[in-house]
Amino acid sequence: MNAAVLLFPGSNREQDAIRAIEQATGKKPWLIWHGERSLPSRTDLVVLPGGFSYGDYLRCGAIAARAPIMDSVREHASRGGLILGICNGFQILVEAGLLPGVLMRNVNLRFVCRMQHLRVERNDTPFTSHYAKEQVIKVAIAHGEGNFEAESGTLNQLEGEGRVAFRYCDASGALGGAANPNGSANDIAGIYSQNFRTLGLMPHPENLIDPLVGGTDGRGLFESLTSFAAAA
Amino acid sequence: MKARVFVTLKGGILDPQGKAIEGALKSLGIEGIESVRQGKIFDIDVATEDRRAASALLQSACEKLLANQIIENFAVELP
Repeated sequence: MNAAVLLFPGSNREQDAIRAIEQATGKKPWLIWHGERSLPSRTDLVVLPGGFSYGDYLRCGAIAARAPIMDSVREHASRGGLILGICNGFQILVEAGLLPGVLMRNVNLRFVCRMQHLRVERNDTPFTSHYAKEQVIKVAIAHGEGNFEAESGTLNQLEGEGRVAFRYCDASGALGGAANPNGSANDIAGIYSQNFRTLGLMPHPENLIDPLVGGTDGRGLFESLTSFAAAA
Repeated sequence: MKARVFVTLKGGILDPQGKAIEGALKSLGIEGIESVRQGKIFDIDVATEDRRAASALLQSACEKLLANQIIENFAVELP
Protein backbone atom coordinates (compact mmCIF):
# COMPACT_ATOMS: atom_id res chain seq x y z
CA MET A 1 0.00 0.00 0.00
CA ASN A 2 1.27 3.43 -0.95
CA ALA A 3 0.35 6.01 1.65
CA ALA A 4 0.77 9.77 1.67
CA VAL A 5 0.71 11.55 5.03
CA LEU A 6 -0.12 15.24 4.71
CA LEU A 7 1.77 17.82 6.71
CA PHE A 8 0.14 21.12 7.62
CA PRO A 9 1.73 23.87 9.71
CA GLY A 10 0.89 22.73 13.25
CA SER A 11 0.42 19.02 12.50
CA ASN A 12 2.17 17.07 15.24
CA ARG A 13 1.11 13.41 14.91
CA GLU A 14 2.46 12.81 11.44
CA GLN A 15 5.39 10.73 12.70
CA ASP A 16 3.02 8.55 14.72
CA ALA A 17 0.94 7.96 11.59
CA ILE A 18 4.05 7.20 9.56
CA ARG A 19 5.25 4.69 12.17
CA ALA A 20 1.87 2.90 12.27
CA ILE A 21 1.66 2.67 8.48
CA GLU A 22 5.24 1.50 8.12
CA GLN A 23 4.66 -1.18 10.75
CA ALA A 24 1.61 -2.50 8.86
CA THR A 25 2.92 -2.20 5.31
CA GLY A 26 6.68 -2.47 5.65
CA LYS A 27 6.86 0.61 3.50
CA LYS A 28 7.55 4.18 4.50
CA PRO A 29 4.76 6.57 3.47
CA TRP A 30 5.42 9.83 1.65
CA LEU A 31 5.18 12.98 3.71
CA ILE A 32 3.46 15.64 1.61
CA TRP A 33 3.57 19.36 2.40
CA HIS A 34 0.19 21.13 2.34
CA GLY A 35 1.41 23.63 -0.26
CA GLU A 36 1.82 20.90 -2.89
CA ARG A 37 -0.84 20.68 -5.57
CA SER A 38 -0.70 16.99 -6.35
CA LEU A 39 -0.37 13.64 -4.64
CA PRO A 40 2.11 10.99 -5.83
CA SER A 41 0.33 9.20 -8.69
CA ARG A 42 0.28 5.76 -7.05
CA THR A 43 -1.23 6.93 -3.77
CA ASP A 44 -3.70 4.42 -2.30
CA LEU A 45 -4.23 6.08 1.08
CA VAL A 46 -4.08 9.72 2.15
CA VAL A 47 -3.69 10.36 5.88
CA LEU A 48 -4.50 13.69 7.52
CA PRO A 49 -2.73 13.44 10.88
CA GLY A 50 -3.55 14.93 14.25
CA GLY A 51 -2.25 18.18 15.63
CA PHE A 52 -3.28 21.80 15.73
CA SER A 53 -3.07 22.97 12.14
CA TYR A 54 -2.78 26.76 12.00
CA GLY A 55 -3.08 26.84 15.79
CA ASP A 56 -6.80 26.02 15.51
CA TYR A 57 -7.30 29.62 14.34
CA LEU A 58 -10.80 30.55 13.14
CA ARG A 59 -12.20 27.03 13.66
CA CYS A 60 -10.31 23.75 14.10
CA GLY A 61 -9.23 22.53 10.68
CA ALA A 62 -10.86 25.44 8.82
CA ILE A 63 -7.73 26.93 7.30
CA ALA A 64 -6.02 23.62 6.54
CA ALA A 65 -9.21 22.52 4.75
CA ARG A 66 -8.56 25.26 2.19
CA ALA A 67 -4.86 24.40 1.64
CA PRO A 68 -3.62 23.88 -1.95
CA ILE A 69 -3.19 20.10 -1.50
CA MET A 70 -6.87 19.66 -0.60
CA ASP A 71 -8.09 19.85 -4.21
CA SER A 72 -6.05 16.76 -5.02
CA VAL A 73 -7.39 15.07 -1.86
CA ARG A 74 -10.91 15.77 -3.18
CA GLU A 75 -9.94 14.26 -6.55
CA HIS A 76 -8.49 11.23 -4.75
CA ALA A 77 -11.82 10.87 -2.89
CA SER A 78 -13.86 11.11 -6.08
CA ARG A 79 -11.70 8.36 -7.64
CA GLY A 80 -12.63 6.12 -4.69
CA GLY A 81 -9.23 6.46 -3.01
CA LEU A 82 -8.78 5.79 0.69
CA ILE A 83 -8.62 8.73 3.10
CA LEU A 84 -8.03 8.60 6.85
CA GLY A 85 -8.43 11.72 8.99
CA ILE A 86 -7.35 11.39 12.61
CA CYS A 87 -8.32 13.99 15.24
CA ASN A 88 -7.37 17.33 13.66
CA GLY A 89 -7.42 15.41 10.36
CA PHE A 90 -11.08 14.55 11.02
CA GLN A 91 -11.78 18.23 11.74
CA ILE A 92 -10.10 19.13 8.44
CA LEU A 93 -12.21 16.58 6.52
CA VAL A 94 -15.50 17.96 7.85
CA GLU A 95 -14.36 21.54 7.17
CA ALA A 96 -13.43 20.48 3.64
CA GLY A 97 -16.89 18.99 3.14
CA LEU A 98 -15.47 15.49 2.63
CA LEU A 99 -17.42 14.24 5.65
CA PRO A 100 -20.66 15.67 7.08
CA GLY A 101 -21.26 17.34 10.44
CA VAL A 102 -19.06 19.45 12.64
CA LEU A 103 -16.74 18.97 15.63
CA MET A 104 -17.68 21.37 18.38
CA ARG A 105 -16.06 22.25 21.70
CA ASN A 106 -16.26 19.34 24.16
CA VAL A 107 -19.48 19.77 26.07
CA ASN A 108 -17.71 19.97 29.46
CA LEU A 109 -15.23 22.53 27.99
CA ARG A 110 -12.26 20.36 28.99
CA PHE A 111 -9.44 19.12 26.81
CA VAL A 112 -9.60 15.35 27.30
CA CYS A 113 -6.41 13.31 27.19
CA ARG A 114 -6.90 9.73 28.30
CA MET A 115 -7.35 6.14 27.20
CA GLN A 116 -10.79 5.45 25.77
CA HIS A 117 -12.76 2.40 24.76
CA LEU A 118 -14.45 2.31 21.37
CA ARG A 119 -16.94 -0.08 19.87
CA VAL A 120 -16.17 -1.11 16.29
CA GLU A 121 -19.57 -0.79 14.64
CA ARG A 122 -18.90 -2.94 11.59
CA ASN A 123 -16.01 -4.94 10.22
CA ASP A 124 -16.87 -5.03 6.53
CA THR A 125 -15.08 -1.81 5.58
CA PRO A 126 -11.54 -1.16 4.30
CA PHE A 127 -10.62 0.21 7.75
CA THR A 128 -11.97 -2.47 10.10
CA SER A 129 -11.73 -5.95 8.54
CA HIS A 130 -9.10 -7.00 11.10
CA TYR A 131 -11.52 -6.35 13.97
CA ALA A 132 -14.62 -8.28 14.99
CA LYS A 133 -18.03 -6.63 14.68
CA GLU A 134 -18.81 -4.80 17.96
CA GLN A 135 -15.30 -5.51 19.25
CA VAL A 136 -14.31 -3.15 22.05
CA ILE A 137 -10.87 -1.64 21.54
CA LYS A 138 -8.83 0.67 23.75
CA VAL A 139 -7.05 3.62 22.17
CA ALA A 140 -5.98 7.14 23.16
CA ILE A 141 -7.95 10.36 22.82
CA ALA A 142 -6.56 13.88 23.10
CA HIS A 143 -8.80 16.71 21.97
CA GLY A 144 -10.69 19.80 23.04
CA GLU A 145 -13.05 19.92 20.06
CA GLY A 146 -14.31 16.42 19.45
CA ASN A 147 -18.00 16.83 20.10
CA PHE A 148 -19.50 15.53 16.86
CA GLU A 149 -22.76 17.20 15.94
CA ALA A 150 -24.89 17.22 12.81
CA GLU A 151 -28.40 18.21 11.85
CA SER A 152 -30.94 15.53 12.77
CA GLY A 153 -31.49 14.67 9.11
CA THR A 154 -27.75 14.13 8.62
CA LEU A 155 -27.48 12.05 11.79
CA ASN A 156 -30.40 9.90 10.71
CA GLN A 157 -28.78 9.43 7.33
CA LEU A 158 -25.43 8.44 8.90
CA GLU A 159 -27.17 5.93 11.16
CA GLY A 160 -29.47 4.64 8.41
CA GLU A 161 -26.57 4.06 6.04
CA GLY A 162 -24.45 2.38 8.73
CA ARG A 163 -21.79 5.07 8.45
CA VAL A 164 -20.87 5.28 12.13
CA ALA A 165 -17.44 3.64 12.33
CA PHE A 166 -16.73 3.79 16.07
CA ARG A 167 -18.71 4.77 19.16
CA TYR A 168 -17.33 5.76 22.56
CA CYS A 169 -18.14 3.09 25.13
CA ASP A 170 -16.91 1.67 28.43
CA ALA A 171 -14.72 -1.43 28.85
CA SER A 172 -17.77 -3.69 28.59
CA GLY A 173 -18.98 -2.01 25.41
CA ALA A 174 -21.84 -0.10 27.08
CA LEU A 175 -22.59 3.30 25.57
CA GLY A 176 -23.51 6.60 27.19
CA GLY A 177 -22.87 8.44 30.44
CA ALA A 178 -19.25 8.89 31.45
CA ALA A 179 -18.13 6.67 28.56
CA ASN A 180 -18.83 9.58 26.21
CA PRO A 181 -15.86 11.94 26.73
CA ASN A 182 -17.07 14.97 24.79
CA GLY A 183 -20.83 14.98 24.35
CA SER A 184 -20.82 13.67 20.77
CA ALA A 185 -24.25 12.94 19.33
CA ASN A 186 -25.05 9.21 19.47
CA ASP A 187 -21.60 8.60 21.08
CA ILE A 188 -20.03 8.97 17.64
CA ALA A 189 -16.22 8.76 17.61
CA GLY A 190 -15.77 8.28 13.86
CA ILE A 191 -17.75 8.24 10.62
CA TYR A 192 -17.42 7.02 7.05
CA SER A 193 -18.14 8.72 3.76
CA GLN A 194 -20.97 7.33 1.65
CA ASN A 195 -18.60 4.99 -0.22
CA PHE A 196 -16.85 3.87 3.02
CA ARG A 197 -13.47 4.89 1.57
CA THR A 198 -13.04 7.94 3.80
CA LEU A 199 -12.90 7.60 7.58
CA GLY A 200 -12.65 10.45 10.06
CA LEU A 201 -12.21 9.73 13.77
CA MET A 202 -11.19 11.69 16.85
CA PRO A 203 -9.28 8.89 18.69
CA HIS A 204 -5.67 7.98 17.90
CA PRO A 205 -5.32 4.35 16.78
CA GLU A 206 -1.84 5.22 15.45
CA ASN A 207 -0.62 5.60 19.04
CA LEU A 208 -1.62 2.09 20.08
CA ILE A 209 0.60 -0.08 17.91
CA ASP A 210 3.31 -1.06 20.37
CA PRO A 211 2.90 -2.92 23.70
CA LEU A 212 5.60 -0.63 25.09
CA VAL A 213 3.15 2.29 25.09
CA GLY A 214 0.11 0.56 26.48
CA GLY A 215 -1.48 -1.62 23.85
CA THR A 216 -1.80 -2.62 20.24
CA ASP A 217 -5.53 -2.19 19.61
CA GLY A 218 -4.82 0.44 16.96
CA ARG A 219 -2.88 -1.95 14.71
CA GLY A 220 -6.02 -3.54 13.30
CA LEU A 221 -6.98 -0.39 11.46
CA PHE A 222 -3.68 -0.14 9.60
CA GLU A 223 -3.57 -3.88 8.94
CA SER A 224 -7.12 -3.71 7.55
CA LEU A 225 -6.09 -0.94 5.17
CA THR A 226 -3.04 -2.88 4.08
CA SER A 227 -5.13 -6.02 3.35
CA PHE A 228 -7.70 -3.94 1.47
CA ALA A 229 -5.08 -2.26 -0.71
CA ALA A 230 -3.35 -5.59 -1.38
CA ALA A 231 -6.63 -7.14 -2.55
CA ALA A 232 -7.60 -4.17 -4.74
CA MET B 1 -13.84 50.71 2.77
CA LYS B 2 -13.88 49.32 6.29
CA ALA B 3 -16.45 46.59 6.75
CA ARG B 4 -17.44 44.44 9.68
CA VAL B 5 -18.50 40.81 9.48
CA PHE B 6 -20.40 39.12 12.31
CA VAL B 7 -20.39 35.33 12.65
CA THR B 8 -22.77 33.90 15.22
CA LEU B 9 -23.94 30.43 16.19
CA LYS B 10 -27.31 29.46 14.81
CA GLY B 11 -30.15 29.23 17.30
CA GLY B 12 -30.45 25.81 18.89
CA ILE B 13 -26.73 25.03 18.56
CA LEU B 14 -25.32 24.38 22.02
CA ASP B 15 -22.71 27.00 22.94
CA PRO B 16 -20.68 25.69 25.90
CA GLN B 17 -18.36 28.73 25.81
CA GLY B 18 -21.30 31.13 25.98
CA LYS B 19 -22.73 29.10 28.85
CA ALA B 20 -19.43 29.26 30.76
CA ILE B 21 -19.23 33.04 30.24
CA GLU B 22 -22.85 33.38 31.34
CA GLY B 23 -22.05 31.42 34.51
CA ALA B 24 -18.96 33.57 35.20
CA LEU B 25 -20.94 36.80 34.79
CA LYS B 26 -23.58 35.52 37.17
CA SER B 27 -20.94 34.50 39.70
CA LEU B 28 -19.51 38.04 39.52
CA GLY B 29 -22.89 39.24 40.71
CA ILE B 30 -23.72 41.05 37.47
CA GLU B 31 -27.48 41.01 37.68
CA GLY B 32 -30.03 40.77 34.93
CA ILE B 33 -28.18 38.61 32.40
CA GLU B 34 -30.49 36.00 30.95
CA SER B 35 -28.16 34.28 28.50
CA VAL B 36 -24.88 34.70 26.61
CA ARG B 37 -23.90 33.37 23.18
CA GLN B 38 -20.40 33.90 21.91
CA GLY B 39 -19.65 34.90 18.32
CA LYS B 40 -16.90 36.45 16.22
CA ILE B 41 -16.35 39.86 14.63
CA PHE B 42 -13.99 40.42 11.68
CA ASP B 43 -12.94 43.98 10.80
CA ILE B 44 -12.06 43.84 7.14
CA ASP B 45 -10.58 46.51 4.89
CA VAL B 46 -11.85 46.03 1.36
CA ALA B 47 -10.16 47.62 -1.64
CA THR B 48 -13.35 48.84 -3.28
CA GLU B 49 -15.58 51.79 -2.35
CA ASP B 50 -18.48 50.21 -4.22
CA ARG B 51 -20.93 48.92 -1.60
CA ARG B 52 -22.49 46.28 -3.83
CA ALA B 53 -19.08 44.89 -4.83
CA ALA B 54 -17.89 44.92 -1.21
CA SER B 55 -21.02 43.13 -0.08
CA ALA B 56 -20.64 40.42 -2.74
CA LEU B 57 -16.96 40.00 -1.90
CA LEU B 58 -17.61 39.58 1.82
CA GLN B 59 -20.56 37.27 1.23
CA SER B 60 -18.24 35.02 -0.71
CA ALA B 61 -15.54 35.28 2.01
CA CYS B 62 -18.10 34.17 4.60
CA GLU B 63 -19.37 31.28 2.51
CA LYS B 64 -15.89 30.05 1.63
CA LEU B 65 -14.13 30.45 4.96
CA LEU B 66 -15.31 32.80 7.69
CA ALA B 67 -18.48 30.93 8.64
CA ASN B 68 -19.25 27.23 8.87
CA GLN B 69 -22.80 27.38 7.63
CA ILE B 70 -23.73 24.09 9.28
CA ILE B 71 -23.64 25.84 12.64
CA GLU B 72 -23.10 29.55 12.01
CA ASN B 73 -24.91 32.52 10.52
CA PHE B 74 -23.12 35.59 9.21
CA ALA B 75 -23.99 39.22 8.64
CA VAL B 76 -22.04 41.87 6.73
CA GLU B 77 -22.08 45.49 7.91
CA LEU B 78 -20.87 48.22 5.56
CA PRO B 79 -20.40 51.90 6.51
